Amino acid sequence: MSSPPAGPVAIFGGVYSNHLALAETLADARAAGAGAIYCLGDLGAFGPHPDRSCELLREAGVPVVQGNYDHSLGNDLDDCRCGYTDPRDNHFAALSYRYTYARTSPDHRAWMRTLPESLVIDIDGEQVLLCHGSPRRTNEFLWESTSSDGFLAWLLDRAGADALCVSHTGLPWARVLPDGRRVVNVGAIGRPANDGDPRVVYALLHPRGAGQRGGDGLGVEWRRVAYDHERLAREMEAEGLPEEFVETIGTGWWTTCLEVLPAKERARGRY
Amino acid sequence: MHRMGAVNGFEASRARVAPHADADTAPLLIPGHLDSLWFQVAGTVCNIRCAHCFISCSPTNHAFGFLSLEDVRRRLEESVPLGVREFYFTGGEPFLHPRIVEILALALEYGPTSVLTNGMLLKHRHLEPLAAAAAESPYSLEFRVSIDGFDAAGHDAIRGAGSFAAATQGVQLLLAHGFLPIVTAVQTWEPGEDPEVYAAFVAMLRGIGYHHPRIKLLPVLRIGAEAARSHGYVASERVTNAMMEGYDAERLLCASARIVTDRGVWVCPILLDAPEGNLGDDLAAAAGRSFRLSHAACSTCWLHGAICANPGTAALEAGARGAIEIGASNGSPG
Repeated sequence: MSSPPAGPVAIFGGVYSNHLALAETLADARAAGAGAIYCLGDLGAFGPHPDRSCELLREAGVPVVQGNYDHSLGNDLDDCRCGYTDPRDNHFAALSYRYTYARTSPDHRAWMRTLPESLVIDIDGEQVLLCHGSPRRTNEFLWESTSSDGFLAWLLDRAGADALCVSHTGLPWARVLPDGRRVVNVGAIGRPANDGDPRVVYALLHPRGAGQRGGDGLGVEWRRVAYDHERLAREMEAEGLPEEFVETIGTGWWTTCLEVLPAKERARGRY
Repeated sequence: MHRMGAVNGFEASRARVAPHADADTAPLLIPGHLDSLWFQVAGTVCNIRCAHCFISCSPTNHAFGFLSLEDVRRRLEESVPLGVREFYFTGGEPFLHPRIVEILALALEYGPTSVLTNGMLLKHRHLEPLAAAAAESPYSLEFRVSIDGFDAAGHDAIRGAGSFAAATQGVQLLLAHGFLPIVTAVQTWEPGEDPEVYAAFVAMLRGIGYHHPRIKLLPVLRIGAEAARSHGYVASERVTNAMMEGYDAERLLCASARIVTDRGVWVCPILLDAPEGNLGDDLAAAAGRSFRLSHAACSTCWLHGAICANPGTAALEAGARGAIEIGASNGSPG
């Protein structure tokens, strides 16, 4: 367990090899006065040159929780364990995984294998559990519209935590449970949030009850990060990554991995 | 099996299997956390008589009756301390229930809600208030519409004359009210035809205005009416102790679900005709009760996994995916 940081805590997930967005996110978090920065995993996938993101994170000394992608790469597994069954989604997932595995150095993969499954941080006495998917499974999706309050409370009870921060779905949301505990999905910085905005999102977590700039009563300040997405698109094209991925980077709308979206989240997207 | 991580405290909440020393006795499934609570809200009463129905629902099958709004409310309240994640409503045909709109709107106050329907009875008077309830809730309301053929000939052969037209009109009405139904189709065609049939479903749905259709294929359960339509299970189609070695027990529906009926709590929505499926009336106790995987239909659940769950809800280990959910090929722009 870490000692309480001074200032808000920056928490992001889903880097997906988007090293340009990662660099901007780290700069933004520092500029915003973050007392600590955490990454909730899934370093590879989707984007180009996976080693660059690993290098940035390791050089910056950012604590990283293991995502399902990192678990697969680190253990030389044959796929990303995203659990798609749609043949089209699986086609893109397999393509992306093969590319990422081949271009992630053995040293970075060995590092991924050692990443912790969870971390607990203290924010003004609040014990905040950080993990990738859910506390019970690294590859479980906690979507806003398919996670009942009762279920989230059960997860927190079992984990013995006051608050929970996850990623994995790629879509940011936050909720205060009836008992006052908060659950935050920090979204992803590797691809946009399927809302037509090419910027990416992460969360600055303030102490509960502090003067909150987020204005939602949660102590969560959503940070939208602009980066040179056109340059990333050019790099992806040069690496032969699918044009469907490139389109998402430019438009902010997801084109793949849609099967797992629940109705409410699906209805907000373009496809 | 190479397991991905979980925070300490969750290992005990995972489903597991207790093999039986006698190889001929089916293994015992010890359930994990109750993720999904199902409601047999319309009993076994249906407006049609499908040739493949695994519980032989029909206009005259009153083996199970309707659940009242108060029955549903009581079970929803009981589900909160149990930490249930989501709710499913099935029948029979749920839209035969005179209070189905109130029931679904109530469920949406507690959690994510799905309703399984043949789509034939949907009316504006149902969908207008449900669209409002869904918009107000933080949770998704999922409609799953059963369409068993990509044309009237195929669908009506299973579901009766005129049912294809009514079901596709139901899908269009859902779209008009802003819903994105998951179309479910039981694989009554020949094995190996999935890609062609799936493509034909996509084309048909696009033809009626569903541009990015969500589709889920379901395996045939060879019990109930289906046993007479095709053939039942043979004696060797059973889950054995050996089959559970290295198998993720959480694939099985009974590992994380129970279903409430007017006759008590059952182990799963499939085994309503099996007396051993009745686990009593106490939901919390039924949620924790082990179940011997001795029924022939358990072998289909074993084979396909998570057959009743919505896409994106089951997080499973490697090699433990249902191969039946082909999903929508919908991402290609234009």
